[in-house]
Amino acid sequence: MTREDPEHLVDAELAGRTVARALANGGDFAELFCEDRSGLSLAIDESRIERAQRGADRGAGVRVVSGETTYFAHVDGLAEADLERAADAAAAGLSGDRHRPQAMAATEGVGTQEIDTDPAAVAAERKAELLRACDERARATGGEVAQVQAGYSEARRRITVANSDGRFASDDRTRVRLGVQVVAARDGTVETGFETLGGHRGFELVEGGAGEAIAERAARAALALLDAGPAPAGAMPVVVGNGFGGVLFHEMTGHGLEADHIQKGASVYAGRLGEDIAPPFLRAYDDGRLPGEWGTEGVDDEGTPTRATAVIHEGRVTAYLYDLLRARKDGVESTGNGRRQSFRHLPIPRMTNTFIAPGEATPEELIESVKRGFYAVSFAGGQVDPTTGDFVFGVSEGYLLEGGEVTRPCRGATLIGNCLGALRKIDGVAGDFEVKTGFCGKGGQSVPTGVGQGHVRIAEMTVGGTAV
Amino acid sequence: MADLERIAGRAVEVALGAGAGDAEAFVEDSTGLEVRIFEQQVESLTEAGERGLGVRVWIDGRAGYAYGTDLAEPGIAEIAAGAVEAARVADPDQFAAAPDPAGEARAIEGLADPEAAKWKTEGKVELAVAVERAARAADEHVVAVETTVFVDERAAAALASSRGVSGAYEATHCYAYLSAIAEQADDRQTGLGFGMGRSPAALDPEAIGREAAERSTALLGAAKPASRSCPVVLDETVAASFAGFIGGVLCADAVQRGRSPFAGRLGEAIGSPALTIADHGADPVGLNSAPFDGEGVPTGRTALIEAGELRAYLHDSYTARRQGDGARSTANGTRSGYRSPPSVATSNLIVATGAHGFAELLAEAGDGIYVTDVAGLHSGVNPVSGTFSVGATGRAIAGGELAEPADEFTIASDLPAMLTAVRAAGAAARWVPFGGSVSTPALLIGEMAIGGA
Repeated sequence: MTREDPEHLVDAELAGRTVARALANGGDFAELFCEDRSGLSLAIDESRIERAQRGADRGAGVRVVSGETTYFAHVDGLAEADLERAADAAAAGLSGDRHRPQAMAATEGVGTQEIDTDPAAVAAERKAELLRACDERARATGGEVAQVQAGYSEARRRITVANSDGRFASDDRTRVRLGVQVVAARDGTVETGFETLGGHRGFELVEGGAGEAIAERAARAALALLDAGPAPAGAMPVVVGNGFGGVLFHEMTGHGLEADHIQKGASVYAGRLGEDIAPPFLRAYDDGRLPGEWGTEGVDDEGTPTRATAVIHEGRVTAYLYDLLRARKDGVESTGNGRRQSFRHLPIPRMTNTFIAPGEATPEELIESVKRGFYAVSFAGGQVDPTTGDFVFGVSEGYLLEGGEVTRPCRGATLIGNCLGALRKIDGVAGDFEVKTGFCGKGGQSVPTGVGQGHVRIAEMTVGGTAV
Repeated sequence: MADLERIAGRAVEVALGAGAGDAEAFVEDSTGLEVRIFEQQVESLTEAGERGLGVRVWIDGRAGYAYGTDLAEPGIAEIAAGAVEAARVADPDQFAAAPDPAGEARAIEGLADPEAAKWKTEGKVELAVAVERAARAADEHVVAVETTVFVDERAAAALASSRGVSGAYEATHCYAYLSAIAEQADDRQTGLGFGMGRSPAALDPEAIGREAAERSTALLGAAKPASRSCPVVLDETVAASFAGFIGGVLCADAVQRGRSPFAGRLGEAIGSPALTIADHGADPVGLNSAPFDGEGVPTGRTALIEAGELRAYLHDSYTARRQGDGARSTANGTRSGYRSPPSVATSNLIVATGAHGFAELLAEAGDGIYVTDVAGLHSGVNPVSGTFSVGATGRAIAGGELAEPADEFTIASDLPAMLTAVRAAGAAARWVPFGGSVSTPALLIGEMAIGGA
């Protein structure tokens, strides 16, 4: 089905003039990136609606690439004079002969995002009602719920990209996200639970009871932890929960496959294309086209249509994640992973939605197989040093596994290890696949990324708790 | 700056005209340069310029906020209308009101270094190249430097409100950092080096590069230490990260909303006598210093913990009003830019030095671990309960001296236990851009749980 392509923020003629102007002093490549972003956020805290905020950003970034060097400048505003200023500032770093760009040709068939309910058209009061409903549901989940904080945010981000290779593309992205944090308290013990729901979707995502359901899940997690004992410390089998558990793969493997780390030799996966690094049943993808998911986009921030890239197939590394610059260097095509936080940032290779494909096992089978181990239901987040492969994950909800059963909740656990070793030790993947929302930070830029998986079992991993 | 003050004043008028009971406007204008170096060449050169306006309004105890970057009249009108619209969605809060003027702010000497403007782009590129070169030259085991980053920025800000708050200031800052990669046999380690100041002249490229080299090579051959409970020495960078978390849980906002492990402990001993921490928003060296906070309250020093005793929580005007009993804002209504309203946060934290030289700290530790880096702080620390478990690297301490390198382990405890377990502070402090902006010595913690082999 062909869909109408999104509207352009500037016309092809002006975009072409700006790109040509940026190449006035030479350069191999030039690009104009225009952005118009508007958003609303709202929170409930102590059962009171507060932190109501609106915001808008409108501006452009121009880069000129000459050899290995990128010259970049950005301006607020999208008037012709603004674009000229950015083009001149970027070109000022060079001192060569004019380079003529190719004529602009619009990238076709990108399509517009299909959303049922434009969040901007929904009265703010309905969003406040949603937060009140979340607050009530969380409090009704248990008498020991002490605090509920819920935040709703929506953003529409329109972009237009034009470059000297003649690319001219636009994208119109609407995202909605709800996050709920619950504090439960009993006799001086305080625990927290956190749950999110987000997508490249309209307001429909959080309607029909979906928002309240995550509020209840956050409350149940916090209440369960009230009975928690200290987490174990040491190496043991670990079962990782579905959904946000996928941040494990995002950190352990996804970052190391980003082509900028690879080309600098600053990744443990450098030079391992085609190599066996995981068990043969493991398949993993980066997929910027998954309908409605958090990291989904029509084109990336360089105008390349997003796609599904198999990064691990039958245990082998099958692809790295590229933006235009790194792809050009390796003589390959961009995989549609050139992303940027805003027009004030340079695009770099970034993940979109990254996940381990569903397997054959059931979560129950994975848990039953563990004599003594740890069950990390979800994480607060994680971090990796792609150069060494060392990673660490903060467990937000974890349990002890004894005799194949979930026995008691644990507080304050961290998982730690090294990518290559840990990947090989994955010995089971379940079919209960789910994608959750993440914010990925890299090089000072934060972008929305989806993470996902079914339950995964790892034969051995170090759990960093306090019970030593 | 006069232009920014005019825009702020105009935005307040427009917001009042749009229906706000009270209004406050913050305008920020910054220009900067970022240089990234790879293998002695410029990888990217970014000319950054940014200008924006944030307007906060109050209507009968309901607060709303909006920001934008179009500072011409129609843009200001749109931002003002957005803030008013936002306020109408909020529920009334009896403590929500525009801050009143809180006295004359004093200029901070050296906040904007005129020396910074004299530096041309070429000089900054040379400096960044020198940083990378120094790391490569310092040790043959340094095989690469992933990226060397240099940034300098000049920012001007102006604030105005319908209650008569007004002020403006200008500040310069600059920093450089790099991550060196060291290899030996099969092992590969990374190490960070950094430096900061108010002008490029304040940066020592040799020292910054050397630090990265030393940190990476010191870890070569590292192994997982045994799981156990033992004394831990935190170096300045790690101590700063933890100080940042301590500052966070002492913010009145967290305390009043039942989300701080130190709620209701004012005047009590919450730490060992070796621990003294202050917040100082007017320290001339601190990179978060400004004459006044994001609400126009003149900055100064607030003793948080003195010899282990909890002396104060950090307040903005809202939390002070909510506290009652004559509580006043401690000038910690902090802005992270024009995109969000001020919220309670630390300015510069100063952890007091002690009498122990580094060798004495190690001797006092006896057998333990010296931690030089931590990972996963944003996910490994629960600021509500205070429990934490984070990834760490460093060196073993054996017989009171540094021994073999250690990596792939965790350190875990909870903030209340950790504060009590501080046994000694080092004699030399360093400014660190982690945990906010922190000046701290190395700290010896009597006991922490190590999760390793």
